Amino acid sequence: MMSPTETVFELIRSAGIGTLWDILPIVLVLAFFQIVVIRKFLPHFKQICFGFLLVIAGLAIFIVGLEECIFPIGAEMARQLTDPAFLTGGLSGFGTSAPSPTLYRWTYVFAFLIGFSTTLAEPALIAVAIKAREITTGSISEWGLRISVALGVAVGVSLGVYRIIVGSPLYLYIIVGYLFLLIQIRFVPKMIIPLSFDSGGVTTSTVTVPLLAALGIGLASNVPGRSPILDGFGLIAFASLFPMISVNAYAMITARMARAAQKKRDD
Amino acid sequence: MQILHYLIKKIFSAFTDILPIVAVIVFFQIGVIQKPFENLHEILVGIGLVILGLFIFIMGLENALFPLGERMALQFAQIGNAGWIIFFGFALGFSTTIAEPALSVIANKAGHIAAEGKAIANNAQSIDSFVLGLRLTVAFSVGFAIALGVVRIIKGWPLVWFIVVGYSLIMFFTSLAPKEIIGIAYDAGGITTSTITVPLVTALGLGLASSIRGRNPIVDGFGLIALASLTPIMCVMGYGMFVYGFGGQ
Repeated sequence: MMSPTETVFELIRSAGIGTLWDILPIVLVLAFFQIVVIRKFLPHFKQICFGFLLVIAGLAIFIVGLEECIFPIGAEMARQLTDPAFLTGGLSGFGTSAPSPTLYRWTYVFAFLIGFSTTLAEPALIAVAIKAREITTGSISEWGLRISVALGVAVGVSLGVYRIIVGSPLYLYIIVGYLFLLIQIRFVPKMIIPLSFDSGGVTTSTVTVPLLAALGIGLASNVPGRSPILDGFGLIAFASLFPMISVNAYAMITARMARAAQKKRDD
Repeated sequence: MQILHYLIKKIFSAFTDILPIVAVIVFFQIGVIQKPFENLHEILVGIGLVILGLFIFIMGLENALFPLGERMALQFAQIGNAGWIIFFGFALGFSTTIAEPALSVIANKAGHIAAEGKAIANNAQSIDSFVLGLRLTVAFSVGFAIALGVVRIIKGWPLVWFIVVGYSLIMFFTSLAPKEIIGIAYDAGGITTSTITVPLVTALGLGLASSIRGRNPIVDGFGLIALASLTPIMCVMGYGMFVYGFGGQ
């Protein structure tokens, strides 16, 4: 038997090889264009190579930590918080009657908090937030952007859980959500729109997706009348729609505050 | 000394990034589920690894992915041949997506759902060709999105046009597409945003917008990811309608 430390190193090594394979196509494309098309030496080549190694190593360690620690606990919690026996205090399952809506209150709280907290840890979102702060020279703060995205994911996931519990069709919510979004962008400062739609796309990545999948499939297999295939999907759709709305709202609020501050100065 | 200060700051910020998850887990385990943690030792090691990994990744981000995307964008702009940059965008989008492990997982799931739904013959060969078709569709759509996004940056077209047309089309497709494919299509929209692609593509867009005269990095530089998460939804539903027929019957 291997010692625990050896196992961890073994896991990191194989995760590293996995990451290496994933980024190989990217590296090939970059190298091809650099050598064949640009035909110029890349400045700070050594630093970039070293940085690439850091990216691969960091991601491998991060993923091993997630898979060995956070995902199993999160998935187990999702299982327990959707399990009828746990929710009814161990008395019985639902039988055939419809569950009462308040039964799932902890499921909603869990969905909200897990959506919020996993989004804050999403590396791709951190990257976009760093760039947004740099480009706007601080008028969009890293944490302001990340918290508004995380709030959007939290609300979206909670609503997605509600949908699975009541069993209404996904497309209704999506169509209403997108209609709202299309109306909202008429009132949003134009500057922010590319950023807000970018942040919608980056929310569902390494950390969030596996936990949401566990939650969705746990719910869909436990609530009577739901199918894991049809109803288990779709949480991710909510988790990418609502951040766009919430970042737009954040931009509207900060723009209004800036205007109010400007007015105060003028008076 | 300065390096040490930098490292401590980075570790501390990785720690604050992970803290909310730890707080949520502790709250539910102790407050709601009311059971002690079984393998506290392993959990602590896991949390330590997550923090360390994030810390190393962010350093790599700032040393490799950001400068690489920006410098290549600048060098492309100096060459001044728009065709090459557009082709580069396509190649980057296509290659990162076709190799994406999450895409294989979702495509396989979709293949089995299609076989159970009798949309395709239930044998390994037809499932495989369905899965391959789906993967190529998504990868092509992401390549197309990045290429289109690069054209948008060069021309300075507002992103809003693309958003309005794109999401209107998605809503229209959603009302027509077989319902088995809808959830999968929206999940596919999230696939394109792998942790390595996002920083690279973001830096590319911002670099391009900063090196072309008359473009504003905030307004023109962002938006590549937005397009790359929009087109797969459309294309997967389109693929679904093509395979299943309209309305799923």
